[in-house]
Amino acid sequence: MTALDKVKSRAEQDARSRGIHLTLDQNLLNDLYSGLKENEERYGYPSCPCRIASGKFEHDRDIICPCDYRDPDVEEYGTCYCSLYVNKDVYEGKKNAESIPERRPLDKQMKSLEYEETEQTTESPKKTAPVTRKLHYCRQCGYVIFREDSPYICPICKAKREMFAELSPNISFVDV
Amino acid sequence: MLSVQKVQGANKKNKVFLYTLSTCGWCKKTKQYLSVNDIEYEYLDVDKCSKEEQKEAVKILKEKKVPVAFPVIIIDDNVIISGYKPEKIAEELGI
Repeated sequence: MTALDKVKSRAEQDARSRGIHLTLDQNLLNDLYSGLKENEERYGYPSCPCRIASGKFEHDRDIICPCDYRDPDVEEYGTCYCSLYVNKDVYEGKKNAESIPERRPLDKQMKSLEYEETEQTTESPKKTAPVTRKLHYCRQCGYVIFREDSPYICPICKAKREMFAELSPNISFVDV
Repeated sequence: MLSVQKVQGANKKNKVFLYTLSTCGWCKKTKQYLSVNDIEYEYLDVDKCSKEEQKEAVKILKEKKVPVAFPVIIIDDNVIISGYKPEKIAEELGI
């Protein structure tokens, strides 16, 4: 199986499991497959072909295909940001797929670009806001994730974000 | 200096500049649309730029108050079209 075949089979499998479809526009589909393959080769993970990735996993995690924004975008616009995934209406031609607004928060985009709004002072050239990760768990299936915010949709049982709750484990370490 | 590419076309009436990503399907569609209509244009594949160039490109887009989403089409330095919108491009270029 070639790298491109892997990208295709992953997307097909994912669309099937989510009950959505891949775009019927074959040219667009092939371009997106090639883009995903290229990003996987460049960064080591298939980040969204229609977004700039930083090449740093922790900054790009939310835009690794299928991205965190796919499901809400498919739900609201009938298509994800790059239009790889579409809903039934777009697939059946009842609605056209077109460019949609970017749902990814601007601060995440800027972080990816390592672009600072104001010039940094010479005193602390690498001063960035600390990332506060927490444990979140899905109240439906028990899936646990450790990151800044809960996912839009549980990757295991597809429950919505509202089903996630913060987990505060009481861990005590014993000196040996 | 940004690594801008130029695509020749018979129609040089307007100055058309694109900010694109080399991997993006909508960006490819935009380039194809301009080429099919024989429009001369310049483009910058932002993902292929150095970090410094990327920052410069983002700074320009932010100054123009354009969302950093691709493609961005700038016609004659004042008309800005964000996303692949062939009807709007046709209207602005009089195709």
